[in-house]
Amino acid sequence: MATTAMPHDTAHGETHELPFIRKYIFSTDHKTIGVQFLLMSLLFLFVGGLAAMMIRWQLGFPDTPLPGGALLPETMAPGGFLLPEFFNSLVTMHGTLMVFFAIMPLLVGVFGNFLIPLKIGAPDMAFPRLNMWSFWTAVPAGIIMLSGFFVEGGAAGAGWTSYAPLAANGEYTGVYLGQQLWLLSIALLGLSSILGATNYITTVVNLRAPGMTWFRLPLSIWALFITAILVLLAIPILSGAAIMLFFDQTIGTHFFDPTGGGQPLLWQHLFWYFGHPEVYILILPGMGVVSDVIANGSRKPVFGYHSMVYAIIGIAFLGWLVWGHHMFQSGMNPALGMTFMVSTMLIAVPSAIKVFNWMGTMWRGNIRFHVPMLHAVSFVAMFVIGGLSGVFMASTPVDIYFHDTYFIVAHIHYVLFGGSLFAIFAAITFWYPKMFGRLMNPALGRVHWFLTFVFFNMTFWPMHNLGVGGHMRRIYDPNQYAFLQPLAGTNRFITISALLLFTSQILFAVNFVVSWFKGAKASHNPWEDNGLEWTVPSPPPHGNFSATPTVLHGPYEFSSPLVQDADFLPQSRNLDALPARPAGE
Amino acid sequence: MSWFLPHGASTYAADIDFIYYVILVVTGIAFVVVEAGLVWFAIKYRARPGRKAAYTHGNMRAEVIWTAVPAVTVIAIGLMSGGVWRSVKSESGIPANALSYRVTAKQFEWNVTYAGPDGSLDTADDFTIRNQLHVPVYRPVVVRLRAEDVIHSFFIPAFRVKQDAVPGLNTHVWFEAMETGEFDIACAELCGIGHTTMGATVTVHAAEDFDRWVASQATTTALR
Amino acid sequence: MANAQAAAMVSPGGRELGSGVYNEKLGMWVFLGSEVMFFTALIGSYVILRFATPDAFAAPNAILNVPLTGVNTFLLICSSVTMVKAFAAVHDGDQRGLRIYLLATLVIGATFVGVQVYEYIHLVHSGFIPAGYAEGSHLAERAAAGELPPSIGIYGSSFYAMTGFHGFHVTMGVICMSFVTLKAFRGKYTRSDHRGVEVIGLYWHFVDLVWIILFTIVYLI
Repeated sequence: MATTAMPHDTAHGETHELPFIRKYIFSTDHKTIGVQFLLMSLLFLFVGGLAAMMIRWQLGFPDTPLPGGALLPETMAPGGFLLPEFFNSLVTMHGTLMVFFAIMPLLVGVFGNFLIPLKIGAPDMAFPRLNMWSFWTAVPAGIIMLSGFFVEGGAAGAGWTSYAPLAANGEYTGVYLGQQLWLLSIALLGLSSILGATNYITTVVNLRAPGMTWFRLPLSIWALFITAILVLLAIPILSGAAIMLFFDQTIGTHFFDPTGGGQPLLWQHLFWYFGHPEVYILILPGMGVVSDVIANGSRKPVFGYHSMVYAIIGIAFLGWLVWGHHMFQSGMNPALGMTFMVSTMLIAVPSAIKVFNWMGTMWRGNIRFHVPMLHAVSFVAMFVIGGLSGVFMASTPVDIYFHDTYFIVAHIHYVLFGGSLFAIFAAITFWYPKMFGRLMNPALGRVHWFLTFVFFNMTFWPMHNLGVGGHMRRIYDPNQYAFLQPLAGTNRFITISALLLFTSQILFAVNFVVSWFKGAKASHNPWEDNGLEWTVPSPPPHGNFSATPTVLHGPYEFSSPLVQDADFLPQSRNLDALPARPAGE
Repeated sequence: MSWFLPHGASTYAADIDFIYYVILVVTGIAFVVVEAGLVWFAIKYRARPGRKAAYTHGNMRAEVIWTAVPAVTVIAIGLMSGGVWRSVKSESGIPANALSYRVTAKQFEWNVTYAGPDGSLDTADDFTIRNQLHVPVYRPVVVRLRAEDVIHSFFIPAFRVKQDAVPGLNTHVWFEAMETGEFDIACAELCGIGHTTMGATVTVHAAEDFDRWVASQATTTALR
Repeated sequence: MANAQAAAMVSPGGRELGSGVYNEKLGMWVFLGSEVMFFTALIGSYVILRFATPDAFAAPNAILNVPLTGVNTFLLICSSVTMVKAFAAVHDGDQRGLRIYLLATLVIGATFVGVQVYEYIHLVHSGFIPAGYAEGSHLAERAAAGELPPSIGIYGSSFYAMTGFHGFHVTMGVICMSFVTLKAFRGKYTRSDHRGVEVIGLYWHFVDLVWIILFTIVYLI
């Protein structure tokens, strides 16, 4: 079937005639929706960070009123001292906002939307209007989530995992409406995610440009594609469970409430059957974009492209078989613990493949340490720590001691902040010129990276030591316990580091906002990269490509001997008479 | 900021701690290798004018090696962990001469029911004390856990004991203390507003002191 | 016919589609994958709860009106048949057949929802609510007399959650079906392009299939 000129070319040329509301608010352009997701999730990242600062203050300086805490109402912090119920709400909302409204939309919503059509050579998503609805479902979900803070009883306070029966009955937490809003918001956000995932999968399967075979897809797209499958299959389980829990709270059902014959552990099984794939939803896209950036920075093809793809698929598959490792101490049959320990341990294998292949990519490279590369290498360095600390909890006997301690908190933050968030910084700084047509300030970017890297480690590394000391998670006042009093100094150190870490992000915010208006104009291809998105103007016009590109090369043909005039080879570049060689062979 | 676990005071603490230290060493080596490699590559292969990166798509042998080594290592750790796990957590791991207790958790207290002089639960001489667990040294004890309202987690750091107490479900944990003295009990699972205050104490007595203590408690309870 | 297939396999941009299946159809298959997981969560929970607490469940015919729902099930299966007929009609270019069969599907689907609403009203009235027995109701008296299990909170919970969510899906289907029917009456579906009919058909058959499973495990076993 011959590919003829696309009829939408002319139609899309007249985008300037679209009214403001269609162009920027209810836009169906995947790039605009990507930017909308970016702004929304950065806002939630900030709110989630603010919650973390209040939590840290309480843990570091429980006897000193929170600076500025006088602004909070009496129901949260009378005299600047946080109430325990407000502390529980903060812990819950910090986790929820970061997982569901910051990291997940930043990776899946922003880069899924922005990158998939551009990188596969499509004019837009398969269902642009559905895409718009996906965003405009996420926004009310976020508003509902935050509104919990303003209702009587406060925001949800049963942890982001909302274990039943604590979360099933307001009598146990003192939070009635807030807990219900939490569940409504999660169910609504689930709908948004499922719509998005349906769109991504259809787009990647159907709309790849001619020549864009599966094994010429950039790893970022592979990762987003596999992630979309995980979202599609995992989120509905959470939605189903959340609705059941909502019914327990509102219409008197007893799914998870043992007083009526329900099963508390059923909630945990459902939650973690969703929850562990969710963990990979939060890290796989990060692995994908980091692979792109490291290849670009190293000016080398990704080491072992095929095994990188199989590792992504392997991690996604194993993710369905390990949920029980969150429940070793839950009263689940200990024999099951053995099975889940083995499957969990096996995840180390594809993870190790990825780490060593990233190192292999840097090996004998010609590494340009641009800001995205700094973040991408930090991702690898930090993800390794998060991966290795996971081995402790995977070992069932060691988990007896570490379960529900700060060791877990350190682990999740090395993966989610050290991993996902560094990947997000790498991705934002890398694709910022394509999104906004301007470059971010590199000097400011370097300072921001350095401070973030240092303060991140000062904040989260000592949390391992807290965990080794037996410090429980989610406790309001560690000094209540004799065995935790020696750790008070560590807690203070962490709090100060966390405040510095949070403050350092001002540099990023300034760079982000100022560069949008005042940054140097970006060329088509400022990073000298191979992806199709770099062959079109920055920012790309509506419809992306003036003519459907034909893909001739793999995504990472850096420093190819076939090219004499540069050390990169755009995927659609025709090397004249020379026959195109497929990558990875 | 220590990487050494606090002093362990139960019989299996040493087994658990040993696995922890093995993992600490193994992951420590992996950590140093990877981080040092990253720094080394970052310096050695930094961009310099006139250089061009090597053009390679990978190396099958290297990839097989770095797939196999982690696989073998983690499976070895898994096998090592399995035995300890079974002896600590499975019903069959409970020593036959274990002394029985029932701990009923509720917001925000641990109610300890003692078997009394006759040594068996659910008899007339049982007595219950709030937030105090008294056990004899060098004698296995099994704690039958129940929860009245929400999930709590019975955590004795010094004994390497942790087990959720789930409403509607019977769980258990056993341990054998090796030292006399007082140790902290904490709740490790978020259980509501007073979660942080849900502490208790376990007192380990010498064998003869323990018998005396039980007798005195049984009398005071009977007098009540 | 070959032309119709060819037209369906390219996007508006004129390019070849990776899967050979047009976007809307592929998208619906993908979405149904998500739906499978959603119902798996509900049905899985039901199975686990029923195995864990068999005493909390009454025999199906003790409380539910099995014959009525049996008829309703038969109706829904019929609607799948009319859906197939509608698709076959438009496939052959038979506009009149398309309209008749779509309308039939729509009416039967709406009837199914209506019967389910009637069933719910009847059950609630007799004292079977999501929390179990309504206090002071006829069923509560029978339970007190030992004719029924003493507490059926879990039964009520899972019965209403599963059948309710299925009913919600049928309702959504009926709403979408009315749009498709309206479009059919305006002659928007042709022999070469009738994607809307095929896509709603996929959804409809899926919902029907789920009901057969639900009917079996809730009303028969």
